[in-house]
Amino acid sequence: MSHDHSLNPEVMPQHPEKATLEGKNKFLGLWFFLGGETVLFASLFGTYLALKNSTAGGPTSQDLFGLELVFLMTMLLLTSSLTSVYAMYHMKNNDFKKMQLWLGITGLLGIAFLGCEIYEFYHYIHEFGFTFRSSAFGSAFYALVGFHGGHVLFGLCWLSAIMIRNAKRGLNLYNAPKFNTFSLYWHFIDVVWVFIFTVVYLMGKVA
Amino acid sequence: MSTLTAQKTSFAAVLWDYLTTVDHKKIGKLYLYGGAFFFLLGGLEAVIIRIQLIKPENDFISAGLYNEMITMHGTTMIFFAATPLLLGLMNAIMPLQIGARDVAFPFVNALGFWLFLFGGIMLNVSWLTGGAPDAGWTAYAPLSTTSPGHGVDYYVLGLQLSGAGTLMGGINFLVTIVNMRAPGMTFMRMPLFTWTTFITSVLILFAFPALTVGLFLLMFDRMFGSAFFDTALGGNSIIWQHLFWIFGHPEVYVLILPVFGVFSEIFATFSKKRLFGYTAMVFATILIGFLGFMVWAHHMFTVGMGPVTNSIFAIATMAIAVPTGIKIFNWLLTLWGGNITINSAMLWALAFIPSFTIGGMTGVMVASSVADYQYHDTYFVVAHFHYVIVGGVVFGILAACHYWWPIMFKRVLNEKLGKWAFWNFFIGFHMTFFIQHFLGLMGMPRRYWVFLENQGLDLGNLISSVGALFMSIGVIIFLYNAIYCWFKGDPAPQDPWDARTLEWAVDKSVPYYNFKQLPLVRGLDPLWIEKMEGNGKMTPAEPVGDIHMPHGSILPFLMTVGFFIASFGFIYQTVNDIAYIFLFGGMGLALGCMLVRSLKDDHGYHITKEELEKEAD
Amino acid sequence: MANNTKSGEFQRQQNKEEMKKQLISFATMILFTILAFLIVGSGIMSKMFAIPLLLVLALIQVAFQFYYFMHMKDKGHEMVSVMIYGGVWAAILTVAALSLVIWW
Repeated sequence: MSHDHSLNPEVMPQHPEKATLEGKNKFLGLWFFLGGETVLFASLFGTYLALKNSTAGGPTSQDLFGLELVFLMTMLLLTSSLTSVYAMYHMKNNDFKKMQLWLGITGLLGIAFLGCEIYEFYHYIHEFGFTFRSSAFGSAFYALVGFHGGHVLFGLCWLSAIMIRNAKRGLNLYNAPKFNTFSLYWHFIDVVWVFIFTVVYLMGKVA
Repeated sequence: MSTLTAQKTSFAAVLWDYLTTVDHKKIGKLYLYGGAFFFLLGGLEAVIIRIQLIKPENDFISAGLYNEMITMHGTTMIFFAATPLLLGLMNAIMPLQIGARDVAFPFVNALGFWLFLFGGIMLNVSWLTGGAPDAGWTAYAPLSTTSPGHGVDYYVLGLQLSGAGTLMGGINFLVTIVNMRAPGMTFMRMPLFTWTTFITSVLILFAFPALTVGLFLLMFDRMFGSAFFDTALGGNSIIWQHLFWIFGHPEVYVLILPVFGVFSEIFATFSKKRLFGYTAMVFATILIGFLGFMVWAHHMFTVGMGPVTNSIFAIATMAIAVPTGIKIFNWLLTLWGGNITINSAMLWALAFIPSFTIGGMTGVMVASSVADYQYHDTYFVVAHFHYVIVGGVVFGILAACHYWWPIMFKRVLNEKLGKWAFWNFFIGFHMTFFIQHFLGLMGMPRRYWVFLENQGLDLGNLISSVGALFMSIGVIIFLYNAIYCWFKGDPAPQDPWDARTLEWAVDKSVPYYNFKQLPLVRGLDPLWIEKMEGNGKMTPAEPVGDIHMPHGSILPFLMTVGFFIASFGFIYQTVNDIAYIFLFGGMGLALGCMLVRSLKDDHGYHITKEELEKEAD
Repeated sequence: MANNTKSGEFQRQQNKEEMKKQLISFATMILFTILAFLIVGSGIMSKMFAIPLLLVLALIQVAFQFYYFMHMKDKGHEMVSVMIYGGVWAAILTVAALSLVIWW
């Protein structure tokens, strides 16, 4: 059982998330995955840009988008990015309780964001009859924004799984990499959102 | 452990072992078995195609079935034969070459294999459920979006599954190479096969997501009524072509780069010389990887992108001939003045150089966008890509099998049978495909079910079909060789080729932990250095100590079964609501397995020093 | 042990400094976001001018995310940078192709 001891050292190292080989592997693996995700979202952005004017007589981006809701969503997600930075700050200081607290806030902000997005989609469908099937623009819009929303949802499930699993036993070298990879993933979701609100909503409104 | 493995184990125990394994060597073997199965299947489809084309206006198979044959031949060979066979070789050999005990993500590695296998099964189930995909292996929209039946649906979901698996495999190799090299194994001491594995994995990482998105769009259009490729609602079918080839062109380098690595190892070993121009080889590999991303539109010259775009992509494509040429000359110079042994592995390698060079030359010809208007969609293109993929990739895989068989299966393949297989396949290959250049130049279009009499195509097609027979005989002899050596062969000696790299320093019993003590690497060709200094074996970098190993797990298999079931749900929810049970049930199983994986701690186990010492006796 | 707490103290101080930088980058990101929304909401700029500006603002925000929030500026991120920039390069090519060489 020597390894159990080595995963719970008396003094936590400076970077608990990268203290073990598994931790280093997870760290690098997730980053590389994000490199691939970049291309995944680029393909969706490209498709959207190619089809954004193909409204087939349906509502256009200028008819649809309201900046207030998008601004609110942006603030929610940007703030959740900062709160997960706080969580990682407390992880490095080996303060498990505060880390959980900030991760919890991150999760709540994520849920609020997702709620806004569901409301937004509902609004488009019922007020404008703008659906996934109504035009190529609709397909491309829901595919891009929906893929992002799916990533948020997956992130929230992931977050709750690791928070609940580790709630009782505190931080160790086995779970620190998991929290860290989650936070990297969460930041990346925010990066994608920055491009979505710029390219889809703002540029769609300006056009 | 050793007493356990020495006992004769029941079939069920072996099966369970392989279903739950996370050992990269076993996963490598599984990839090889799976890839070989699909290679035979794809080969059978090729033979059927050639029988259909053996004479004018043949009616051996119907036009519809012919379309299914060509689609399945291409899809199977690229995605389910060549790619997994190479991933199998990488899995089996690369960790040994860098002196690692394991890969970075053994669990994910297993998951990648199962996803590939079930993706392949998914695709082929379509034969039994009312027709295979018939829109060509490129599945161009709108042909693919309007193809009736469920054939193309199977194509979409089969490739989606296996594509996800390949992506996981790629990330796993990248992290393994970056993080888990033995002490002293710097990047510029890595064997070429490891280098090409690395660059290949980079290509997988950046290319496969484009395919993922393309397949999703196709899936949404076919199964959920979206309009990405539907011009009536403003869609654009060129998007599919771009996404497919943004993936598809790097994919051909995913196939060819690893075998470049294989040949570099073989030429150096059997010429008893250090690889000529190692540094140039490494940078040529990187350059091919880089340029490989900027040439995809050369598949689309006739789409009408305009002369400027066509010219840019034509020039970028021709530029790739430069690093490839560097490689060809380096191999020739490795041979020059070497103490050359010619055996089966070396025969495949030597045959590769002229064969692949012909393919490369026709590649530059079709890269010329103006001339391509003539070549496009003719047998000239068919000849070109079979020269690079068979003359390059298949030759490379067979060479690698002969070369690494002693490590993977603890046998040396029979030389006589190996040579018979080689000559049959080599002659058959050139018979089949060389003549196709001329058929293409005479105007025979690809993918046509029949051709007419007395148009100058009769003899050429006959020769081509006879060649396919010779290739089949070659493959059968190789298979016989493998089976024969399995049962009748003697155990392979340690390091049978007097080789240079680290994988040959592993004990001939190939223990599951690879290295009892991690070796100290002192330069390029580390084993050769030790041999030249009279040590004969690697100097250990650490004392004998506890070794940390991962636990096996059935979860990768179950997860894949979940996705497999869900795929049927996706396909049939368009016709029957009962399919939703499969969709949600399958997804539930897969996601549930993921949750278990996340919640259940898996610290692995330690092989203690005492056990290791006992095992040595 | 004393030595450990001392270095721990130092580490805490370091983390605090780091956190300060994170807060500054967060403030900048919020500012840029508000600016971007204002540009579009007020409609004071022509399309020709607004779109490049919006993209620049987005790029700076993303750089903050990567380099500060995700620590890409720190040591040990060389391979990470290679892969992210590789992905970005492939992404640029993809977006360029799908927005420029689409044939109607």
